[in-house]
Amino acid sequence: MISFSFLEMVWALVVATRWTIVLSAVALIGGALLGALLLILRIAHSRILRWGVAGIIVFVQGTPLLIQLFLMFFGVSALGFNVNAWVAAALTLIIWAGAFLGDIWRGCVEAIARGQWEASASLGMGWFQQLRYIIFPQAIRIAIPATVGFSVQVIKATALTSVIGFIELTRTASFVSNATYRPLLTYGLVAIIYFLLCWPLSFSAGRLARRLNVANRTS
Amino acid sequence: MSLDFSWLSPYQDAIFSGILVTIRLTLIGGSLGFVLGVATAWARVHGGPTLRWAAIAYVEGIRNTPFLVQLLFIFFGLPALGLRLTAEMSGIIALVVNTGAYMGEILRGGIEATHKGQYEAASSLAMSGYQTFRHVILFPSIQRVWPALVGQFILDMFQTSVISQIAVEELTFVASFIQSRNFRAFETYIFMAGTYLVLAFLMRRLLLIAGRFVFRMGVAR
Repeated sequence: MISFSFLEMVWALVVATRWTIVLSAVALIGGALLGALLLILRIAHSRILRWGVAGIIVFVQGTPLLIQLFLMFFGVSALGFNVNAWVAAALTLIIWAGAFLGDIWRGCVEAIARGQWEASASLGMGWFQQLRYIIFPQAIRIAIPATVGFSVQVIKATALTSVIGFIELTRTASFVSNATYRPLLTYGLVAIIYFLLCWPLSFSAGRLARRLNVANRTS
Repeated sequence: MSLDFSWLSPYQDAIFSGILVTIRLTLIGGSLGFVLGVATAWARVHGGPTLRWAAIAYVEGIRNTPFLVQLLFIFFGLPALGLRLTAEMSGIIALVVNTGAYMGEILRGGIEATHKGQYEAASSLAMSGYQTFRHVILFPSIQRVWPALVGQFILDMFQTSVISQIAVEELTFVASFIQSRNFRAFETYIFMAGTYLVLAFLMRRLLLIAGRFVFRMGVAR
């Protein structure tokens, strides 16, 4: 049996955290691109597109992430495609984050007063010009805090990929726990690491929400 | 290849019992979590400094760590302290502790939106702090944030799928069991996803209707 000192335990967990961070970044960046696409399709003037996107969002938000992961990892393999844990984890999280971000951002766009659309249309602006010069610059102020807040959800969601064998922080924790027979200490340390990753984001999301909400500030 | 769901028919009983366990976990976790949430929100808004800080630490600690880690901490960690727990008990404890933090935050929002005049009116009737909270503040606050609470309850049901990882035989556990037998992973998980969709839809509808009913009966206008 390999024996671990306390410092070695901490070190093993910290080193494994890099995969949690890499996967979170991949999911966030990919999710942001997909979310932007879904947002554009959702507010486009085509009913079929709107319904299609709404369907994706309902599926993603209406089923557990774990089921989506299994569907991607075991289900798609059973259909004859070769998916390893990395690909399945990244793809599932990108789709998951994209569906949520697309929906969050749609809320931000819809929060912009109708008069802004009408005023810009009366200036002879086309749909893309309206979005580019009038709607997005205002919507982004509301969207930034919500997006930073959502990134916390993404980091926490990566923990589930340990279940399909992706080796990140939580997966490494079970190795360390099994090798040391010290589950309380191991999972306690893991919780602290996740907290250190997530809390600064949660905190700044709250701060940003207060700072960027200049237009609607009441007190 | 074509999808063939008839592979699932031999497992009807297992699926049905999985659904029941999922619903049981959701109901127990959600309702006890709601009670813990009320206590947390109260501590956060009306408690003394110690209680307030304890509530903040609890809420931030839970909201910034993954549910899976909380679950494993309770399931593997607590027995190391000498507490013997069944898998289902661990799952329920994790669920309650997790939901309590989120619902506490939602309820805090509702409580803080209470108009100052409500407190003044209550104190002019010589109500104590507890009486004010219990009879004046709490009920309208719950009503105000009811849709958000229902949303959290549904998220809670999705969280129960994670409890499959400590071998509680709820729906996701049953799904994994079935696909390990019939090797029809795609059909199995699509079917389970559909089941969760239907369950979530029904629960949301029922709770929203129940909320409308309760709040119409209970609040004097």
